[in-house]
Amino acid sequence: MATLFGSGIKRREDPRLVTGRATYTDDVKLPGLLYAAILRSTYAHAKLKQVDVAKAKQAAGVVAVYTGADLRDKVNAVPCAWNVPNCDLKVPPHPVLAVDKVRYVGDGIALVVAESRAAARDALDLIEVDYDPLDAVVDPERAAQKGAPQLHADVPNNVAFTWKVTGGDADKAFAEAPVKLEQRILQPRLLPTAMEPRAACASYNPGTGQLTCWITSQNPHIHRFLLSVMTKLPEHRIRVIAPEVGGGFGSKIPGYADEALVSFASLDLGRPVKWTEDRSENYKVTIHGRDHVEHVELCGTKDGKITGLRTRVYAGLGGYASTAAPGIPTILHGLMYSGPYAIPNIAGTVYGVYTTTTPVDAYRGAGRPEATFLLERMIDLYARKIGMDPVEVRRKNLIPNDKFPYTVATGITYDSGNYQGALDKALQMIDYKKFRAEQAKARKDGRYLGIGVTTYCEICGLGPSQVAGAVGFGGGLYDSAIVRVYPTGVVRAYIGAKPHGQGEETTFAQIVADEFGLPVENVEVVAGDTEATPQGWGTYGSRTTAVCGSAVKVAAQRVKAKAKQIAAHLLEANEADLDWKDGKFVVKGSPDKSKSFGELALMANVAWNMPPGVEPGLEATAFFDPTNFVFPFGTHICTVEVDAETGEVKILRYIAVDDCGPQINPMIVEGQVHGGVIQGLGEALQERAVYDEDGQLLTGTLMDYAVPKASQMPKIETAHTVTPSPVNPLGVKGVGETGTIASVPTLVNAVCDALAPLGVTHIDKPLTPARVWTAIQQAKGGAR
Amino acid sequence: MKRSITLDVNGATRTTEVEPRALLASVLRDQLDLTGTHIGCDTSQCGACTVLLDGRAVKSCTVLAVQAEGKQITTIEGLSGDGRLHPLQQAFWEKHGLQCGFCTPGMILTAVDLLSQNPTPSEAEIRHALEGNLCRCTGYQNIVAAIQSAAGALR
Repeated sequence: MATLFGSGIKRREDPRLVTGRATYTDDVKLPGLLYAAILRSTYAHAKLKQVDVAKAKQAAGVVAVYTGADLRDKVNAVPCAWNVPNCDLKVPPHPVLAVDKVRYVGDGIALVVAESRAAARDALDLIEVDYDPLDAVVDPERAAQKGAPQLHADVPNNVAFTWKVTGGDADKAFAEAPVKLEQRILQPRLLPTAMEPRAACASYNPGTGQLTCWITSQNPHIHRFLLSVMTKLPEHRIRVIAPEVGGGFGSKIPGYADEALVSFASLDLGRPVKWTEDRSENYKVTIHGRDHVEHVELCGTKDGKITGLRTRVYAGLGGYASTAAPGIPTILHGLMYSGPYAIPNIAGTVYGVYTTTTPVDAYRGAGRPEATFLLERMIDLYARKIGMDPVEVRRKNLIPNDKFPYTVATGITYDSGNYQGALDKALQMIDYKKFRAEQAKARKDGRYLGIGVTTYCEICGLGPSQVAGAVGFGGGLYDSAIVRVYPTGVVRAYIGAKPHGQGEETTFAQIVADEFGLPVENVEVVAGDTEATPQGWGTYGSRTTAVCGSAVKVAAQRVKAKAKQIAAHLLEANEADLDWKDGKFVVKGSPDKSKSFGELALMANVAWNMPPGVEPGLEATAFFDPTNFVFPFGTHICTVEVDAETGEVKILRYIAVDDCGPQINPMIVEGQVHGGVIQGLGEALQERAVYDEDGQLLTGTLMDYAVPKASQMPKIETAHTVTPSPVNPLGVKGVGETGTIASVPTLVNAVCDALAPLGVTHIDKPLTPARVWTAIQQAKGGAR
Repeated sequence: MKRSITLDVNGATRTTEVEPRALLASVLRDQLDLTGTHIGCDTSQCGACTVLLDGRAVKSCTVLAVQAEGKQITTIEGLSGDGRLHPLQQAFWEKHGLQCGFCTPGMILTAVDLLSQNPTPSEAEIRHALEGNLCRCTGYQNIVAAIQSAAGALR
């Protein structure tokens, strides 16, 4: 029987999505529903002298108005849940509504609950706030200097933590190295922009004491826990439902004040309350990504051997520490400084810095894109300095295939890899030598062609729970599945993760159907409801297939083992004498003696004739905790032509060779690569959240923030190599973030390569025509 | 001051009370329970709320509900009938032209308009026609492929 594993079957999610029959959080409508709106600070940094809600309370349709003072003793602060150790982390309280001070434009000040959305919004205009403005500071490096405006009383110089990573002896390496270079690299702040804005709809039933909260969530069990902390309701009286979720990219991981506010209001008023942000509110309130100022040094030999890397990074955290924020620029960033290379000496220091801006947390790639970018950028600069081909420098430093598992200087161990294989394949696809020849010819004609090559690996499939605990993550990182077989032989799998576009309702059904020899239509996958699904940790960090998919596999194997016991009993045979063939257990040598999976499902569920000591029913639960992270890798290559007159970048070809181990559904894998690469190209070419010096977000709507459009983006050519991971039973690695991680340096390196004849060495992202043009003029010694 | 309006939506006549300032997108969603029309921005950039007005794609967040009286409105829920998918819905499914699905209704309805105006669009024409529809998941490549495929099926 052909396996479904490896088959690019169509997604079962799609019929409801293409017909408008899916239910997203804002689609939830309940009897007696009230609507909430939240008054947001218009100042980046100010003392709150007075918040007068009297007029708003009198407005037509308004049911209740709450201020920070009203809620101070009723709702707990928004917790930070990644307590990174050994870095003197300081997490000041983040009240659900500001009490005496606001710390970013968008900080919540008052909650209005009304009979309609419009009435709630209208009432916001009737609230009078008396601010005493304070100085803002938006740049993390500047915020960490003496004399900068102070956000929190107990955080001197706004430095939330100072985290270090060391391996080998970087200072010695730099002292001895014949070649040294340094570069200041900016990782601009980005707006995740999941197309569905966030929403929460809370319904408290005073009769049962149960709160049900629909949340746009990537991780409903984490949200249940965080909601319990904030609302003070015990966890077993909270049900979180993440229905259809319209993208997340990290922005729907954190716990926010908003879901606690509607939950409190529902508790207080005894009616359901819904809040939905619009895009402008989303840009002010929902977490941002990146925001690093990096000082990077690299040293090596004259013939291309990298001997050391040093960094000093200022990572902006925004006004408060969001749920996972401290772990992103540290554990998920600094530990990946070696990339796919054997770099013996590494020393990095990361300062987490509060600024008067929207909180920063995990955004697609979360720490690894920043690490990959700085490393890949430095390697190209190094190659240019020593006059060596950048591909040859990479090849010289890649971890050899026969060295896995390989422990890098930062202390983590990569599971498996074939970095040269992916590099060779990508070079072959682009015909590297031919392109270099074309480039040389074009240069003679005054045209600027360039090529960028990125060899990357990344850490994902988060991860062993023991490691999570050791690095201060406030939860486990296993995941879970219940595989339940119905009397008629059809199956439901209830999973702890929460896909929101990645297609695991399909791929996990493929895993289960293969195990039982069933048509894939006979398997349903259920996610997102804490009432139905076992404790899990959600969908992020490219972990769902590697960790939760493995739980599905193990649970299905357990079910099958029980079915085999029952089959042996019914066939009066030893289990050892049974073969599994075409969806049946068959007695060896007696092909007519068999029990199909469907027959066994019925017999297990009616339990008329069970083996002695075996319980009725046919279902199993598995909690899968991997022994290590997984480390997908690959090579991306981009060729560009730059118009030196206008600074415009035209992408000629984009090639992505990725290795995520065996692919359950190649169609879905390719879709992940496409989306990831384009998101990275957006970062490289056009996206940047801009604050003015007063802390006003100038890119506050989709008119100003440049999410890539279809007409701006190229076609991606994809290919793969297959190197299984030894750390899970499927051999799979994550592929949700690789595109974003690899594509940013690939594009920037291609542009810098194109402009090498003009003396351009580095351009800060995003590479808008204006920035590229300016870099050209600066290199020529012309305009500023 | 609310007023009563009668809308022709997906072939049915629907009467509802609206404020004159109410946007068609909000009325479709909140009052007529047609939640397949999504709202992804507040500045008419994202296109998630696209519907057909007399067969042409419009962003229903830029239309007042009162302006839609007397016009035929088609939302994603009304695009297909008899349990069969419209060729564009089918093509988005087959070509993996969606991931989270939030932008999809608007993408499909924009494409319906495009193909009614230009049955044989080039890739560049398709990408240009999607200028007003944002997708954050797919990178657009499979959306383009889906529209090309549907164009073939519709010919």
